[in-house]
Formats: sequence, C-alpha cells, structure tokens
Amino acid sequence: MASAITSSLNRYMAAVGEQVAFASKFGRNIFRNGFEWNEFLRQCYIVGVRSISLVAISGFIIGFVLTLQTQPTMKQFGAESFVPGMVAISIVREIGPMIIALICTGKIASSIGAELGSMKVTEQIDAMEVSSANPVQYLVVTRILACTLMVPLLTVMADALALTGGWLGVNLQGHVSATLFYRKAFAALEFSDVIPAVIKTFFFGFAIGFVGCYKGYHAARGTESVGLAANSAVVTASLWIILLDAIAVQITNLLYY
Amino acid sequence: MEQALTDKTEQAPATEVEQETASNEDQTPADGVVIRIEHLKKSFGENEVLKDINLELHKGENIVVLGRSGQGKSVTIQCIAGLMDPDEGKLEVLGKEIPSLNEDELKEIRKKIGFLFQSGALYDSMTVRENLEFPLTRVLQITDKEELTKRVEDALESVGLKDAIDKYPSSLSGGMRKRVGLARTLILRPQIILYDEPTTGLDPITAREISELIVALQEKYDTSSIIITHDMPCARITADRIVVMNDGKYIATGTYDELAKSPDELINNFFK
Repeated sequence: MASAITSSLNRYMAAVGEQVAFASKFGRNIFRNGFEWNEFLRQCYIVGVRSISLVAISGFIIGFVLTLQTQPTMKQFGAESFVPGMVAISIVREIGPMIIALICTGKIASSIGAELGSMKVTEQIDAMEVSSANPVQYLVVTRILACTLMVPLLTVMADALALTGGWLGVNLQGHVSATLFYRKAFAALEFSDVIPAVIKTFFFGFAIGFVGCYKGYHAARGTESVGLAANSAVVTASLWIILLDAIAVQITNLLYY
Repeated sequence: MEQALTDKTEQAPATEVEQETASNEDQTPADGVVIRIEHLKKSFGENEVLKDINLELHKGENIVVLGRSGQGKSVTIQCIAGLMDPDEGKLEVLGKEIPSLNEDELKEIRKKIGFLFQSGALYDSMTVRENLEFPLTRVLQITDKEELTKRVEDALESVGLKDAIDKYPSSLSGGMRKRVGLARTLILRPQIILYDEPTTGLDPITAREISELIVALQEKYDTSSIIITHDMPCARITADRIVVMNDGKYIATGTYDELAKSPDELINNFFK
C-alpha cells in the first residue's frame, strides 16, 4: 500500500517536473532569434479564423437561451427591464469566457494534441530535432502564443453575439428596440466586469495551447497514443480552465469588492 | 537506374555547398574514426536493451547492423543522434562526447549527422519543397529564394525526384517518401548518415533502387554511414562491413562474404 502511494507520488512529481521543464523550454524559445512568424500567423488562422463559426453560433445561442430562461422569472417579479443588464453581466463576467474556453478546449486542444501526437509517432518531431532545427520554436511556441491571442478575441466576439442573441430572445415575447436593449446592457456593465474577464481569457488560451502541445509532444509511440494525447489534452485543459477561473474570481473579488 | 546515378555522380559539378563541406566543415578526427562507441549500455526500466556495444565507424565507411527485432539496433543510432541518452559508456561523434554536450553544442554536431527514419518522417503539412527548405532556412539561415530553389532542386535531382517538388507527402509512394527523406537528409551535406531500416516496407525492386542510391550518394558526398536493416540484399549492396547484433551486444563483424560463411547458426540464419 505504502509503496503504491510512493510510486504514484513519484510518477506525479515526475510529471510535474516534466511540465515545468516544458514550460521553461517554451519560455526560453519565445525570445530566441528566428521567431516563426509565418507559422504563428498560420496557427492564428487555424485557431482563430477556423473557430469563428463554432464560437459565433455557440455565443449567439447562449445569449438567446439565457434570456429565454430568465425572462419569465424576472417578469414574475416585475423586473423585466433588468433582463438586458443581467444577461450582459452574466455573459461578460462568467458564462462567455468559461463556455467559450471549454468549447475551444474541445476543438483546439484536442486538435493540437492529436497533431503533435501524430508528428511524434511518425518521428516528424525527431526528424526536426536531428536536423538541428528547433521543434519547440516551430511547433510549440507558435501554437501556444496563437491560442493565447486568439481565445480572448473569440470570447469578445462570442460575448457580442450572445448579447445579440439575448436581444432576439427578449423580442420573442415583446418588442424591445436594439438601441434600448444595448443601452441597458452596457449601462449595467462596469470596467471591473469587463477587464478581469478579458484578462482571464488570455490565461485560458495559454492553458489550452500549453496542455495541447505538452500532451501531443510527450505522446508515447504507437497510434493509440495519438487518441490518448487528444483526449487527455481536452480533459486536462478543461480542469485547468475551471481551476484558473476559480482563482481569477477570487483575485477579482479581492481587488474590486 | 544504377547507370543513371553513376552518370549523375560523374557529371555533377561540385556546388558551392559541396566545396564548403569539403573544405571548412570536415571535422573528422586525425585517426579517421567518425563514431567511436565503447561499452555503451541503455535500459528501459528493467529491460536492458544495450548491454555492451562497441563500434568504430571510419570516414567513408558503410557499416550495416543486422539483428532480430527488438535487439536495440535503432536505440543505438538514436543515442548517436542524441535523441536518447545512454546509461553508461563512451559515445563519441567526430571527436565530441555526445551525452556531455549542451543543447547548442548538440545542435552544432547534429548539423554533421543525417538521419533517415524508417517512415521517411516527412512533415505532412508541407510540400516536398517546403520539407527540403525547412532545414535550409532554419539551420543554414538561407533566405534567398533563388538559392533555396537551386539547392532543393539539386537535392531532389540527386534522388531522381525533381518532378515531385510541389507534391504533398500523402501523394507519394513509400519509395518516393524514402527518396525525399534521403534528399532532406542530404541537403545539409552531413558527414555521417544514420539509416533506420531504409528499405523496410518496399517491394524488392524499389528496395534495390534505394540501396543503390545509398551507395551512389555515399560516393558522391563522401559520407560515412550506419545502416540498420533486416534486408539482406540491401546489406550486400551497401555494406563495407556488417555487424551482427544479438542480446544487446555486437557478436560478430566482417564483410558480407565472410559472415555468409560463418559456422555460427544465428549469424548463418541471416544469410540463408
């Protein structure tokens, strides 16, 4: 029993050590000469542009459904006029960043994990290494930075579309002009709602890119490990996002309230 | 095919890069030994894969390593390329002790080592041209488009695949992938080339073509090679010397003809 616990602890510590070493490799390679701009832009396109439709539809529906769910309750209390503000605060502060990050985890972390895992299995990463090229700079730095930059942009876009969905939801049971809806929504929002929410999405993006790259880069040999890398990337990145969100909420509360 | 390659070898004028390689970059130690391995050991957990490996590869020599699967043949060349650290023993490449090199020193020495992977290991998101340009732009820092194109075309011509320049690896056959992999290996003009089962999975005719290509390119670029293979025709064509590996050790060495006459049943089984 004791030896099993020691062995699990050793494995866990070894994994933590490996992740720290990987993070330090990433950090060192960001500032090395020969930043891979073309690959970075290609990854921004893959991570950002190719996720637009999924994130846009999801964002719109989240706002729409949230409004439809809350409006009847608010109506019972005669607080229907607070619906735009409530939807805006919920979406911008929590629901938007969290759900979009989880959607991006499913789409992006899994794809990075599978891609790098497959490159590992087919010895493409080894081939880069033995040719003296720098696979971390080419494969890892570009993907992590692209995720760190694109996830916040996708979240802001999803937030905007969620508000539009909310406006449509309100109009299913009455008539509220877009101007009135948005004025009320923005009146309820403060910088302390927007800024921390946007900042945490950079960390979410980093976590998605980092976990995807780490899992793919350290995939074992064999085709089965490609699937495992993709799956494990999604599970681990999702946990990281939930954990980071809890930390971000605590920090925001300490700073603003 | 062999004639065509020989012709190319004879006719091709030395490019700037070949001249560079010949004059500036040759780091062969004075004793002519480009790889020296002494008492090399490597284990994976309880599994001791390399038990006591001793080998010297001389400049211009082709050594073929024969052995059954799972004997650690590929592990040996991965240690040589610095992809794995051995547990014990001495491992020198061009006079440098590989396990003791730092990241930058290892990168420098790897410029002198080419590695042809079993699958070719072509980057499948890139065209053949981009695959070959990748080491040129990252390692030699060449940015001039014309220079890049010239070097890529030269490398592809030497493996007889100039027409495949804009194709993706997924549209190439197994033999073509190996050739492109070989061109990518050669494009940095390495002094040493490590081949990991270069003919595995190929039909006998293509396997023979690849084996002849290895010899032709070795003569053209004056490289030294270690070739891991199970393919006896490949061993016969490419080997100056054959080393037989069993149970984590090299148990016999000699020319093809010498080993073919060996009374040892294990060795003899390879040549049947």
